[in-house]
Amino acid sequence: MERLLHSRNFLGLVFMVPAGVLLLLFLTYPLGLGVWLGFTDAKVGRTGAWVGLENYQFLLGDSVARLALFNTLFYTVVASVLKFVLGLWLALLLNKHLPFKAFLRAVVLLPFIVPTALSAIAFWWLYDAQFSVLSWVLTRLGWIDRYIDFLGDPWNARWSVVAANVWRGVPFIAITLLAGLQTISPSLYEAAAIDGATPWQQFWNVTLPLLTPIIAVVMTFSVLFTFTDFQLIYVLTRGGPLNATHLMATLAFQRAIPGGALGEGSALAVAMVPFLLAAILFSYFGLQRRKWQQGGTDA
Amino acid sequence: MTNIKRRDFLKISAGVAAGAAVGGAAGPAAAQQQMPFKPEKGAKLRVLRWKRFVQGDEDAFMAHVKRFSDKYGVEVRVDNEGWEDVRPKAAVAANVGSGPDVIYGWFDDPHQYPDKLVDVTDIGNYLGAKYGGWYPVAETYGKRDGRWIAVPLGAAGATFVHRISHVEAAGFKQFPKDTAGFLELCKALKAKGTPAGFALGNAVGDGNSWTHWLVWAFGGKLVDEKNNVVINSPETIAALEYAKQLYDTFVPGTLSWLDPNNNKAFLDGQISLTNNGISIYYASKTSNDDKVKALAADIGHANYPVGPVGRPTELHLFTQAMIFKYTKAPQAAKAFVTFMMEKEQYEPWQQAAIGYITQPLRAYESNPVWTSDPKHTPYRDVVKNMTPHSYAGKLGYASAGAMADFIIVNMVAEAASGARTPKEAAERAQKRAERYYKV
Repeated sequence: MERLLHSRNFLGLVFMVPAGVLLLLFLTYPLGLGVWLGFTDAKVGRTGAWVGLENYQFLLGDSVARLALFNTLFYTVVASVLKFVLGLWLALLLNKHLPFKAFLRAVVLLPFIVPTALSAIAFWWLYDAQFSVLSWVLTRLGWIDRYIDFLGDPWNARWSVVAANVWRGVPFIAITLLAGLQTISPSLYEAAAIDGATPWQQFWNVTLPLLTPIIAVVMTFSVLFTFTDFQLIYVLTRGGPLNATHLMATLAFQRAIPGGALGEGSALAVAMVPFLLAAILFSYFGLQRRKWQQGGTDA
Repeated sequence: MTNIKRRDFLKISAGVAAGAAVGGAAGPAAAQQQMPFKPEKGAKLRVLRWKRFVQGDEDAFMAHVKRFSDKYGVEVRVDNEGWEDVRPKAAVAANVGSGPDVIYGWFDDPHQYPDKLVDVTDIGNYLGAKYGGWYPVAETYGKRDGRWIAVPLGAAGATFVHRISHVEAAGFKQFPKDTAGFLELCKALKAKGTPAGFALGNAVGDGNSWTHWLVWAFGGKLVDEKNNVVINSPETIAALEYAKQLYDTFVPGTLSWLDPNNNKAFLDGQISLTNNGISIYYASKTSNDDKVKALAADIGHANYPVGPVGRPTELHLFTQAMIFKYTKAPQAAKAFVTFMMEKEQYEPWQQAAIGYITQPLRAYESNPVWTSDPKHTPYRDVVKNMTPHSYAGKLGYASAGAMADFIIVNMVAEAASGARTPKEAAERAQKRAERYYKV
């Protein structure tokens, strides 16, 4: 006993048990259950039988599921790129010596702090077919003569939900990148300036390489959050019009819970995992490589 | 009532209240029946219901719950959830075998897990005998294989809510009773700048309600009696051609509309005609805003027009009480559900909600709430006029899945907006529906 208590390995295990139990209970078990359900024809109120890949075959042949996959990819790619560009730009601006710096930084975080469901309701009003203040202003200015159908036209709706997502996601990226920018030593910029580097060259050869590790992490998170978005769509459109904004997460919910097809819904949710893994692996093996970060290649 | 039902009724009720059962079989004497259920001693009940749409509903409901508790010594806790959240909660309760003893759910909830529910044939027969019988649609929703598995509470019905003065200005003294006249009305309303608007987004309540009516009105249906998918039919295509013409008369933006949009637009005066429960009228009448309050006098209600099929084809939000087998107090639960349906409770409750819920039992047609204000009257008949959403097939997983996936709503929206031709939209709906009805 005495020896056990002094054994580093044993104590290490003991201290890890609570974390391990939590992970097993709240992460591994639900995930495992979800994967299992995806291989069954479970319905609400009825445990299912094993059906193998039938759910996945079904989804492949389902035009709405394919549309949801397209919507999800479009939404993730466009929103993530926009969020990155705007976030980086904002971070660079906030990194300058501005008046009221602390205040400005706090304000920038606001969209991120407001609960998504609430900001989504605000956007719902902004995009309303009858009460949109945006349309109202534009008609008052005489720029348009009828209200914009933000959420009633498939492509308008896609861009509208992307815009709402970008609005919400930019602060997270901006503030994180700002933290990264502040770890870059000013002496590097001084050295670059002495060598006669233009601001653009400084950004390209000093800022960006040193920021890459942070970018990798923050963009991984951003892509994961965007890909699995639910609340925004659920409040704004429920996946409409004509399923043009249904994401995989919202469709999985619609099929599994109101529709009662737990197995199919789970399969749809599990189908998101490979995409998420790909995003993580890309960030892990790609963006975090030291060679890449230092401007080298694998060769 | 058929003989079989009477026999079941006798068999089941015999032990509990033999005298009353004989009365039930004898007919008119049934009205004298007393509550046939004796709650277990010290029983406690947990009830989950959908959150009220109008305040009067909840106030009266809770007052009756208290009366039940006082009378029978049963403690009752009532939880409220948003109406769309009840379905998943009920499904989980059924799945894990614990949760509220009584749940007021929607549509085919009980048909998704009939073996998890207490047989309530005794309640169904008792109430049916006492209150003039159930409407056919109530039996469809409440029964499975000849047994009652849930007790219908009624339906949150919709009518065509309109501005009386605008309809008159459009040249209609009366609200049209058929689909042809209705299209003319919508065209005239549009010409006068006071258009109609019906939800075509993924609006669970309003969207499903009017699009099902439309397809059925022209003889289209998702499935036949044997659950074969038959939506891709000339009748459906005729309905979709009609939908296209109708859509041209709508206010812009209805493709994005969810359930609340038409209420907002109507109360703001932007549309003059839509389908809705009595909540628009209620909101207007009880509004603190003088402008909105003044609207109430001009609000009219009309039952859905009848299409070429020549009979009403309405769909409304149907709700019913389920008692779960895991309950420790099945008799108390039965007593509770029955108590709330008795005249002493049901009629005042309907009145408090100014008829938001329409009865499933014929006797309550005479509830004064339906005549105290002529504007309430159309809502009286919505359950009588109702067609089950599974029409013409059976209730179950497939009908629940098909409606939750908005197959009919999407089909009508695609055709109406011109995103697809009526033929393409019907073909697509056929393919989508076949996936649900494959087993």
